[in-house]
Amino acid sequence: MSQENRHYVFYILLLLLLGITPVRAGTIQVCPDCDVKSIQHGINIAQERDTLIIKEGVYAEFNILINKPLTLLGQNYPVVDGNEKGEVFRIVSDGVRIEGLFIINVGVSYTSDHAAIRVVRSKDFQIVNNRFENLFFGIFLEKSSHGVVDSNQILGIARDEYNSGNGIHLWYSNNILVKDNNIEGVRDGIYLEFADTIRIRGNQSRKNLRYGLHFMFSNDNIYSDNLFENNGAGVAVMFSKKIRMTGNRFRKNWGPAAYGMLLKEINDAEITGNLFEENTVGINIEGSNRITYRGNNFVSNGWAIRVLGACYSNAFSRNNFLHNSFDLSYNSNVNDNSFEGNYWSSYSGYDLDKNGVGDVPHRPVKLFSYIVNRTPETLILLRSLFMDLIDFSERVSPVFTPDNLVDSQPQMRLIQ
Amino acid sequence: MLKILKYSFYDLMRSRWSYVYFLFYLLLGFVLLFLNNDLSKAVITLMNIIIILVPLIATIFGVMYFYNSREFTELLLAQPLKRSSIFMGQYLGVAGSLTLSLCLGLGLPFLLYGLFKSGAILNFSMLILIGALLTFIFTGLAFNIALSNENRIKGFGYAVLLWLFMAVIYDGLFLLTLIAFEEYPLDTFSLAATVFNPIDLSRILILLKLDISALLGYTGAVFKNFLGTGLGFLISAAALLLWTVLPVWSLSFKAKKKDF
Amino acid sequence: MIQIENIHKQFAKNKVLKGVNLNIPEGGIYAVLGPNGSGKTTLIKCVLGLVIPDEGSISILEQPVKNQWKYREQINYLPQIANFPGNIRVRELIGMIKDLRSKPGDERSLIGLFGLEPFLNKKLANLSGGTKQKVNLVLTFMFDSPVIVLDEPTSGLDPTAMIVLKNLIQKERKAGKTFLITTHIMQFVEEVADQIVYLLEGQVYYTGTLSGLLEKTGQKNLEHAIAHITMEKQNA
Repeated sequence: MSQENRHYVFYILLLLLLGITPVRAGTIQVCPDCDVKSIQHGINIAQERDTLIIKEGVYAEFNILINKPLTLLGQNYPVVDGNEKGEVFRIVSDGVRIEGLFIINVGVSYTSDHAAIRVVRSKDFQIVNNRFENLFFGIFLEKSSHGVVDSNQILGIARDEYNSGNGIHLWYSNNILVKDNNIEGVRDGIYLEFADTIRIRGNQSRKNLRYGLHFMFSNDNIYSDNLFENNGAGVAVMFSKKIRMTGNRFRKNWGPAAYGMLLKEINDAEITGNLFEENTVGINIEGSNRITYRGNNFVSNGWAIRVLGACYSNAFSRNNFLHNSFDLSYNSNVNDNSFEGNYWSSYSGYDLDKNGVGDVPHRPVKLFSYIVNRTPETLILLRSLFMDLIDFSERVSPVFTPDNLVDSQPQMRLIQ
Repeated sequence: MLKILKYSFYDLMRSRWSYVYFLFYLLLGFVLLFLNNDLSKAVITLMNIIIILVPLIATIFGVMYFYNSREFTELLLAQPLKRSSIFMGQYLGVAGSLTLSLCLGLGLPFLLYGLFKSGAILNFSMLILIGALLTFIFTGLAFNIALSNENRIKGFGYAVLLWLFMAVIYDGLFLLTLIAFEEYPLDTFSLAATVFNPIDLSRILILLKLDISALLGYTGAVFKNFLGTGLGFLISAAALLLWTVLPVWSLSFKAKKKDF
Repeated sequence: MIQIENIHKQFAKNKVLKGVNLNIPEGGIYAVLGPNGSGKTTLIKCVLGLVIPDEGSISILEQPVKNQWKYREQINYLPQIANFPGNIRVRELIGMIKDLRSKPGDERSLIGLFGLEPFLNKKLANLSGGTKQKVNLVLTFMFDSPVIVLDEPTSGLDPTAMIVLKNLIQKERKAGKTFLITTHIMQFVEEVADQIVYLLEGQVYYTGTLSGLLEKTGQKNLEHAIAHITMEKQNA
């Protein structure tokens, strides 16, 4: 026995030296023609840290329970068909890896949140390279931590909010990396509630019914380089602190209540280098304070930034505002935020001393945006000469717009 | 009619004014491109200018040409020519030469700045198309005014007033109405109100192109149907075409009854 | 040839024609006379279709003229005041009218008759009134049409041109053309007119020969006859 153990250690060392993940001694083949015909059976007979190799085929199983550290590795995307009877996988053990499965037909329920893969109170899980179709919830992380959700394809056909679930759902979870997933057609692409220190990177979340990304009561998170496109209401970040948002793209989120990004009760966040393009509202800000906006591009949005209610000590600098119908809209005439050194394509001043900074301050809030806030139908008069005349007179002597809301250093050239 | 069109056009091509407009547009195009150095941005700025300026130029020039060519018209009227074709020929001559000035004047600078290599070609073609339609509409309206007023000063007065009304006053009244009745559903009203003003219609066509993101923020179902689908574009374009036909129809009607 | 029936025309509140009836058979020269403002030009313009009558009908060559234009191919018209577009040349104008009427025209001999060769390349704005009238005459006489309508053909003409004009009229008359002429020069009427139509206050006061008019008024010459009619009317 000790001899064997020594061999075992030797092999592991050898494999680690070669840089290959150690394939543990126990490997179980699962296929329709094998001895082990079902995944659940495979799990039941497996030892801890064994690998189940699931061959191509259709496995009609649901409520599969993984209660020991295992690796489930699909070959050529074997189909795991839940037949709409309930949850497909439930992980209740640390150190589980699921890779290369094609999970379909998760049961829709109005009483419990069935998921294709649910992780409960577990650590060190890896969910990699799986595909999900016809789902309710995709990946549901419940009170779990230190896991990775990487390169999964989630494709739903959600039609109504009440009977659809979220793509990747994090609840009371922390220290998780969510990267390079592709999520379409669910309720919320990625949903976080009471989830801290999460990193969300390089995901694409499109055509979801509600939000591409939805944050609630989740602090110290970073999300970067994601694409959020064509979602019902864009991205919502609510009631959270210390969020960093960098290099994301928010595009084509259209509709009466759609935003590139909705910030509600967010404090001490950093928003840098993002692109907001062709959204009805680029960023909608409500009751959010001490946020730094730097180096973002706002291109061809209806409203680049809409500020509602009391927002204090926010700083906007070195952003580009290009061809938005409205660059900035306020619903009050008090301002405690600073706008310095941005580039505004609507700036009509000049730069006589050629220092790259406009000699006349820029007033980004148009009077017309107030009128539209009051009577939305007046929007139809956008770009009318009459409105331009009114805006011009307001610009000359502000009455309705905050007097101190100026960019005193408007840039003459696009900020790279 | 073609012969009259030919002579009117020929006449206009020799008049100083066509060159003035051509040079004006040329200058405008170059200055805008020089200042912006960005084709798509220049196109956007142009759109704002075009929907105001083109009607003004077409109105003034239409009235002016009509009064100045009275002799020519009288000479033609005694010839075996159909009345409506005389006026149609002159109308098409004026509108055509103005459109030509517009196309060439703006087209040249944009071509030189590499229009075909940029993505702005579609927006630019739409701009030119709208410019052309507005030219035809307002030349037609100007001809109507001139035909109804023997007095030149009065004719000019009405023409300028027409432009001022369509370009500025109409929207002012429109806005006041919207604010005054803001408790009521105003979707249908505001869409209808735009149809009655060709400048507003052109503006909507441009909005649909440039500001669709903002327009989709509307909550009303009527708006959603109108703006969110191709329907809005089709209806606006159709209404604009109707606006082109209307003055022509009224012109031929008026011309039949007019004494010289 | 030309039938005018019960023509009424009113400009604003001014009733110019009040039921004019006139029948002009083919051939011969008809002079339309009358004091200023009696409606001569308006009547002629009605015939040409430049003015639309409020009431009544006009037919030419048995065709009603209302809203028609083809019949003008049968008419050569000399307008009262030669209003030409100023910025084109005489040669171009002649060419243009020929093009518009799509009819061959014999302008060459007429240009010779009126001595217009030196002016052919001049712009119309730079011509004197008399020269313009000569151009006007060339444009009128260069086509071969059965009806010729002349509104004040003599205005601004020098005696030489006047003789040329009279010869032209006689020549065309011999060719069987029908003339309708308005003028104030009574001597001209006496020399060329076969029949006289006298308009007074928008109605036809007299139609017939010159001698008939003299007889009716008991005057020696046309000038006096007309003065007599006018006086009579005023006294009445």
